[in-house]
Amino acid sequence: MGAKTNAILNILAAVLLGLFIWWAEENLDGYMIQILNLIAVNIILALSLNLIYGFTGLFSLGHAGFMAIGAYVCSILILAPEQKEMLFILEPAYDWVQSAQAPFFVAVVAGGLAAALFGVLVGIPLLRLGDDYLGMATLGFAEIVRIFAINLPRVTNGALGFKGIPDHANLWWNFGWCLFTLYVIIRLIRSNSGNVFKAIRDDETAAKAMGIDVFRQKLLSFALGAFFAGVGGALLGSLVATIDPKMFTFVLTFNVLMIVVTGGLGSITGSVLAGIAITVLLEWLRFVENPVYFGDWELPGIPGMRMVVFSLALIFMILFRREGFMGKREFSWSWAVGRFFKKAGRHGI
Amino acid sequence: MASDAVLETKGLTMRFGGLTAVKNFSAAIPRGSIVGLIGPNGAGKTTCFNMITGFYKPSEGQVLFNGADITGAPPHRVCRSGIARTFQNIRLFGNETVLENAMIGCHLRQKTGWWQAVLCLPSNRREERAIAERSRELLKVVGLQELAGEKANSLPYGAQRRLEIARALATRPAFLLLDEPAAGMNPNETQELMGFIREIRRSFDLTVLLIEHDMKVVMGICEHIWVLDYGEMIAAGPPEAIQSDPKVIKAYLGEEALAHA
Amino acid sequence: MTWAMFVQHALNGLTLGSLYALIAIGYTMVYGILRLINFAHSEIFMLGAYFVLWGLTLFYLPWFVAIVVAIVVTAAIGILVDRVAYRPLRDAPRISALISAIGVSFFLQNLTIVAFGALPREVYRPAWLENPILMGEVRVLPLTLFVPTLSFLLMLGLVWVVYKTKPGLGMRAISKDIETSYIMGVPVNRIISLTFGIGSALAAASGIMWALRYPQLQPVMGSIPGFKAFIAAVFGGIGSIPGAVVGGIMLGVIEIMAVAFFPDLAGYRDAFAFILLIVILLIKPTGLMGARLEDKV
Repeated sequence: MGAKTNAILNILAAVLLGLFIWWAEENLDGYMIQILNLIAVNIILALSLNLIYGFTGLFSLGHAGFMAIGAYVCSILILAPEQKEMLFILEPAYDWVQSAQAPFFVAVVAGGLAAALFGVLVGIPLLRLGDDYLGMATLGFAEIVRIFAINLPRVTNGALGFKGIPDHANLWWNFGWCLFTLYVIIRLIRSNSGNVFKAIRDDETAAKAMGIDVFRQKLLSFALGAFFAGVGGALLGSLVATIDPKMFTFVLTFNVLMIVVTGGLGSITGSVLAGIAITVLLEWLRFVENPVYFGDWELPGIPGMRMVVFSLALIFMILFRREGFMGKREFSWSWAVGRFFKKAGRHGI
Repeated sequence: MASDAVLETKGLTMRFGGLTAVKNFSAAIPRGSIVGLIGPNGAGKTTCFNMITGFYKPSEGQVLFNGADITGAPPHRVCRSGIARTFQNIRLFGNETVLENAMIGCHLRQKTGWWQAVLCLPSNRREERAIAERSRELLKVVGLQELAGEKANSLPYGAQRRLEIARALATRPAFLLLDEPAAGMNPNETQELMGFIREIRRSFDLTVLLIEHDMKVVMGICEHIWVLDYGEMIAAGPPEAIQSDPKVIKAYLGEEALAHA
Repeated sequence: MTWAMFVQHALNGLTLGSLYALIAIGYTMVYGILRLINFAHSEIFMLGAYFVLWGLTLFYLPWFVAIVVAIVVTAAIGILVDRVAYRPLRDAPRISALISAIGVSFFLQNLTIVAFGALPREVYRPAWLENPILMGEVRVLPLTLFVPTLSFLLMLGLVWVVYKTKPGLGMRAISKDIETSYIMGVPVNRIISLTFGIGSALAAASGIMWALRYPQLQPVMGSIPGFKAFIAAVFGGIGSIPGAVVGGIMLGVIEIMAVAFFPDLAGYRDAFAFILLIVILLIKPTGLMGARLEDKV
């Protein structure tokens, strides 16, 4: 299939998505729209972790930290000055925090850039570490970010966090960013730069012998991943309207890791599909944790059950289908068209 | 000879803790030659490779490449300066295709990077197309053009070795180090390999240093040979001289063999 | 700061440190043998404490019996975790087992929430542990003396097992080279189980003493001590048992002293350990007493 046909089909798919959003905004209830929004954000987060871990082989558990940075930076920029005055009741905000203002798009980009900057700053010392140590060190980084968020009340409002963050992150923004992330990562992975990331994942020593500046490439991948994690965090903050340090614990990283592993390390398609499936499941399983009423009779909810199910699912996944649902395979139009015509052909006979 | 040496090592020494793996290794490799580094297992041959290619930082000594001091430079710099290598235990990018493996080798000479690729700039598209084209040509040289779309770790053993060489050639080296290129090959393949090494020397204007256990290969194509034993150079010279050197025979076969010889 | 206060802080640090050390031993033994960070170890620590609570409140067991039963059950769970979640992944890439361990950690934590609820539970301490002893100006809780002493005895026992018994020899052999150990007829799987059992029992002991020292149980109580104990193991040199002990005690003392001397930084208390981890990994990843694990080219 030619490049032109592919491009047309891609644009067609994007237009269809746009039509769907247009329809969804009018016809779906708030809860459904919220789930769609979460799907978009989770896909962004999964793609960013997949770039770092799935494609470059850097086992990073620091996603919650990058998301926190993105969310705080973006929130500070979009909260109105009056709102900030009301929020900072423990200690007044610094002047620069109080006065910082930016439109939503700029604020999200700033959140991503701040996360990327931290990605570079922690990446320079940490990316020399091997896989499991890197995981623990980046997890440590995420915890440090959280502890600082609690202890810098004049920037983050301490443990109270922010409430009433303007809910700019609607379906258009979220899916717009989601498509942008998808586009950037696909372009990147398909290019020779993407080959280099995969080379580092497969065999770092051989990559060095091929003249690849492994450290620089790792830093690049890590910073790009951190950027999109920051973007995801920024959108999430605006989406849920409330952020505090308790939100950015390891569970958040766990959920993203879950999506990436389930979908398949090194499969963009896998991250997208698993992002949809797991977001829906996570929301659906909320019912298990809330009480259910049958008339007067109450079936009590079981707190903790949701994560029991998900952690079990992750264990099963890693034990029995380590490569995830997609492995390293990807969706392509020629494959889809081939499938379609084969089926149609069979029906014809 | 030293003036026209591609690579010159001066007193290279590598110590791991109390163990001296290579001691005082000095050699000058003439431009355009095929030379061999031989010795029993554990003699320190691969350690020499690792010191030359920057994987180990020598405890003492110098590596001069085209007269420039590259001692202790990181591997990617060494490769950029024009030295490529293969590995004793094949190290391909197993999950990538044969073509991608060759393309990765081209990356270090690539001018456009990730952001040009993301922006879909024509300069990047043109360059990547050229890289793919060149990689296909290299695959043709090693006879793998039919398998370009296969995953590297699905190739048979001999093909993997050839792909490793193609990948090394992709970095546009002036000096190629081959670590046991004939290992695991049958006599026919070995014969082909010898012709092939001579061929790439000519067409790519290379100097080749190889580690090899198969004496037929070493004696057949090397113009000069260095012999290591327990990290020390015990002999150096053209193949005929090495073959009859009592010290070499002793190192390989032991004291008694010498008595019988 | 008076001398008496200093001694007080030092003893508190020693108590906290020996609790870290007991957990750290489990991390270091498993890492030494399998090169696996047993992420679920912090939950094993937590379960030890919960099982005692369960034994006391549900089955009205006497203290001593409850503790013994809790330790045995926790050790069994540690072994089970290895059998179910790690053993099938022995030949898989190392990170797979780590991801499995992260899954187990969340599983055990949330299963505890399902079983006991997420709210903190009080532990009633025996009265004799509550009455402070006066030593000069220093007021010491019996627990502050009891915890390091008992920990020390447990560690001595462990050292005896590892260096003087046949299974201990097997452990040392496996940590040197697992494949050769198989070939030489070392019952590798049995010894790995034993390692998980011992590590889990020590973590359970630590969890129980932790519950006596800080008498509030929560399903998430294991995370922070567990992570700090891992850091202590890295600090001491992962794979080395004496290293884990020294690292644990040093981390405990440093933590208490840092907060005592710089009360302003108390809010950053938990960050110290993480910063320490990053600093050690960068400066001396082998820790104080660890052996170097070479990367072969």
